[in-house]
Amino acid sequence: MGWVADTLHSVTSIQLRELFNHFISLGLIVTSALVIWKVLICVSGCQSPVVVVISASMEPGFGRGDILFLHTSKDPIRAGDIVVYNIDGKDIPIVHRVIEVRERQNTEEAYILTKGDNNPSDDRVMYNPGQKWLQEHHIMGRAVGFLPYVGWVTIIMTDIPVLKYILIGALGLLVLTMKE
Amino acid sequence: MHSLGYRTNALLTFAVTVLALMCGMASLSDNLNFPSPSAQVKVLNINWFKKQPNANDQVSMTLNISADLQSLFTWNTKQVFVFLAAEYETPKNSLNQISLWDAIIPSKEHAKFWIHTSNKYRFIDQGSNLRGKEYNLTMHWHVMPKTGKMFADKIVMPGHRLPEEYR
Repeated sequence: MGWVADTLHSVTSIQLRELFNHFISLGLIVTSALVIWKVLICVSGCQSPVVVVISASMEPGFGRGDILFLHTSKDPIRAGDIVVYNIDGKDIPIVHRVIEVRERQNTEEAYILTKGDNNPSDDRVMYNPGQKWLQEHHIMGRAVGFLPYVGWVTIIMTDIPVLKYILIGALGLLVLTMKE
Repeated sequence: MHSLGYRTNALLTFAVTVLALMCGMASLSDNLNFPSPSAQVKVLNINWFKKQPNANDQVSMTLNISADLQSLFTWNTKQVFVFLAAEYETPKNSLNQISLWDAIIPSKEHAKFWIHTSNKYRFIDQGSNLRGKEYNLTMHWHVMPKTGKMFADKIVMPGHRLPEEYR
């Protein structure tokens, strides 16, 4: 009966080996995605180096679903720059263009006013009540690059959360069951 | 090995790689364009010039803007955003930069233009320093690509001066 046990053992060890291989390749995919993201953060100097445009306020330049690459640098913000800012107490970042800058004489503090290219008026109505200007700490970064449509994936996934789990599940299943 | 899933995966990966490469090349090809845009701005009239009740100076002016930005357009250009800003220094602010007028140029055919307009955005100072103030008018443009890197540049037109008295 020795050969039965031997065969069984060889079969299970192969399967175990394959299973480990699958888990390692799955881990590789996840970690390489993480590495790419972290490298982007380092290179751009932004906490979130990529943003998805979700409103039509910058049409026809940027539409819903387009992706912007951000960059943070020491260069001061100037009129015309497209910045991503976050109003205190609101968690949705906004991508708009700077139309007015006032830089104080001694402190070099900058007071910034923004407007969406497609909006009829400036952004004061969107700031907190009483807030007239954006300051440096509101600005998350400056848009330097543009990629159309790619952001639709994330928009659809945030609109229909079930899809996200289905996709993750399907991908995991695919990796685990794929033959070498 | 040659299952449907495997082939679909290979095809998709290839398609995405080629698309990414083409986007990258399209963006890089913008660097081969050396534009030579030109712009002239004339202040035709100071319509009115007053001190607001809150003591800030405000001025309304009529501008004549002519520009030829056709050389900015390449095959990867979606649109050009152009704006005219007034820039000056005051005792309070080392830089005041106010957009006075802007426009979106959707195509090369519209890139050579001539417009007669009053300032679209309000020209207000933080304080009352505008009497006799010397300021620059700067024509800025931002080239927005179909894909890839964005470009921006400007032409500074110095030596404009506001009137000595309110009117």
